[in-house]
Amino acid sequence: MSQNKTLFDKVWDAHVVETVPDGPQVIYIDKHLIHEVTSPQAFAELEARGLEVFRPNQIVATADHNVPTLGQELPIKDELSRTQVQQLTENCKKNNIELYGLGHQYQGIVHIIAPELGITQPGMSIVCGDSHTSTHGAFGAIAFGIGTSQVAQVFASQCLLMNKPKSMRVSVNGKLNKDVQAKDVILYIISKIGTDAGTGYFCEYAGNVFEEMSMEGRMTVCNMSIEMGARGGMIAPDETTFNYVKDREFAPKGEEWTEKVAYWKTLKSDSDAVFDKEFEFAAEDIRPMITYGTNPGMGISIDSKIPTAQNESEEKALKYMGLNAGQSTSDIKVNYVFIGSCTNARIEDFRSAADYVKGKHKAENIIAWLVPGSQKVAKQIYDEGLDKVFNDAGFQIRQPGCSACLAMNEDKIPEGEYCVSTSNRNFEGRQGQGARTLLASPLTAAKVAVEGRIPAFENLN
Amino acid sequence: MQKLVLINSQAVPLPSENIDTDQIIPARFLKRISKEGFGENLFRDWRYNVHTNEPNADFVLNNIKYSGEILVAGNNFGCGSSREHAAWALTDYGFKVVVSSYFADIFKGNALNNGLLPVKVSENYLKDLMNTITNQPETKIIVDVENQIISFNERTENFELDSYKKICLLNGYDDIDFLTSKKEAIQKFEQKAQKVYAQNL
Repeated sequence: MSQNKTLFDKVWDAHVVETVPDGPQVIYIDKHLIHEVTSPQAFAELEARGLEVFRPNQIVATADHNVPTLGQELPIKDELSRTQVQQLTENCKKNNIELYGLGHQYQGIVHIIAPELGITQPGMSIVCGDSHTSTHGAFGAIAFGIGTSQVAQVFASQCLLMNKPKSMRVSVNGKLNKDVQAKDVILYIISKIGTDAGTGYFCEYAGNVFEEMSMEGRMTVCNMSIEMGARGGMIAPDETTFNYVKDREFAPKGEEWTEKVAYWKTLKSDSDAVFDKEFEFAAEDIRPMITYGTNPGMGISIDSKIPTAQNESEEKALKYMGLNAGQSTSDIKVNYVFIGSCTNARIEDFRSAADYVKGKHKAENIIAWLVPGSQKVAKQIYDEGLDKVFNDAGFQIRQPGCSACLAMNEDKIPEGEYCVSTSNRNFEGRQGQGARTLLASPLTAAKVAVEGRIPAFENLN
Repeated sequence: MQKLVLINSQAVPLPSENIDTDQIIPARFLKRISKEGFGENLFRDWRYNVHTNEPNADFVLNNIKYSGEILVAGNNFGCGSSREHAAWALTDYGFKVVVSSYFADIFKGNALNNGLLPVKVSENYLKDLMNTITNQPETKIIVDVENQIISFNERTENFELDSYKKICLLNGYDDIDFLTSKKEAIQKFEQKAQKVYAQNL
């Protein structure tokens, strides 16, 4: 058998406990992240079977999905949300699991806090009952979302039964145009290969565009791997990765750090590794992107016209969005802008928005919500003075959580309204019943807020 | 988990493609802390008028012509969020099988963990099946788990099913039973993994 391994092979193979004959493999999980929505039934399952949590030290919990983003210091008003968060608190206490709940300095969106605390490290296997767990692949970890039954399995055994996914590679080489952010790169890729191109695969992103990207950018890209159907995305760890992890709260220290880095440096695809599927794109072809439909694959460059529907589901999407083929994106009557979510609520996202917004004011017709991904990001916004830029410009800075990404809390977009959002999904009703979501980068979202409509980007080259 | 051996039932046609789990069960209904009751909100925003909460007459679940334990859906079913609530909503409503030409990975796993069988068929077969049940709702579809065969009106097709998952379905076992029987191997792995890191691999 060939020794030429992909990055994915290397990390996966290091976590195989055993292989069931003619069946799946038992995969060991290094870190298990949990939140209030997908864990209660798993804890109940464990209790019903009289089982204990096997490795509580390898679990980290936070409250993010349905926490309010205003008045977080007060009791949660919505009774069901409050019950879920309370249940998480009780379950964690009972099972000795570390919880960064509301009021804790580390609280935030699960996929934002684990990397910024140094919990996420290269070569790990990481799972969470949340599809955007693919985010952590930016560190060269195998990270993927699981269902609640699997949350219970990891509680019970720190392992999962899985068939090894196939491997694919998406390469982007060349020089990115001005104003093109990581979000545009991934929206472009999904618009080209479709929302099911990755089904059954783990995707490695390669090429100089990803090598030159910051960790924040890489996380944005890997975050949306799930939107093309992939189980997860990965980027080989390098000096950018090591520099990001170093000295964070839970990063290895001293001799352990040196040992780990030596191991992490081996985590890259061998030069002759073979992938089951490959795609290649040129960086120069990518322009700032926006979606116009009801899945993340329905994206176009921002200065294009709305395309003609090719089939019934695209017709249905245009109808839901209230858009017509041939229309310019600048004609869409946008009233909301949301910068937040596990895709784009990191400090770099707010810095890039603030850079543009500085000295300007939002348009009259726009309500602009800024929701930091974590308490730490919120603190950075204030420490760096970005709050002043945003407040002067009429943006509203809220408290950390998933917020208007999935409308489980009060932050909902009203029916029929358009929202340019830095989140990851534009599904029907995702931001509230009847809400119409247009996915874009933080820079685009900031421009929309200021100009009051979707802008034409100039001087792309 | 309940055993699933042979299903012989009418089916409900839902021809939309890319049905995501937000449509199967919208996020605002994920706040329960038990697995029960999600069926009432299955396809909530398609099934009920958003303002009046009256059933939408043109949605298939509200059409008395159609019923059964089998849902037949368009390509790429279950994409989007990993919420297992989608599988719970389908089983709680009474479905035991979903037929499509493509299933999203996480949904497929979640379904199998809850005794809901995703049957992946060819696009042609799906087209014929969808047409047939739409026009002749009384058509019986047989899904034979043991032999991995789906059939209607003498038209049969084989479907894939992981042999381990098949044993689970046929016997009503689940993964927790299996994994908790492997504690010793898991502890050995943990000791070995620590050494591997220590030696710098």
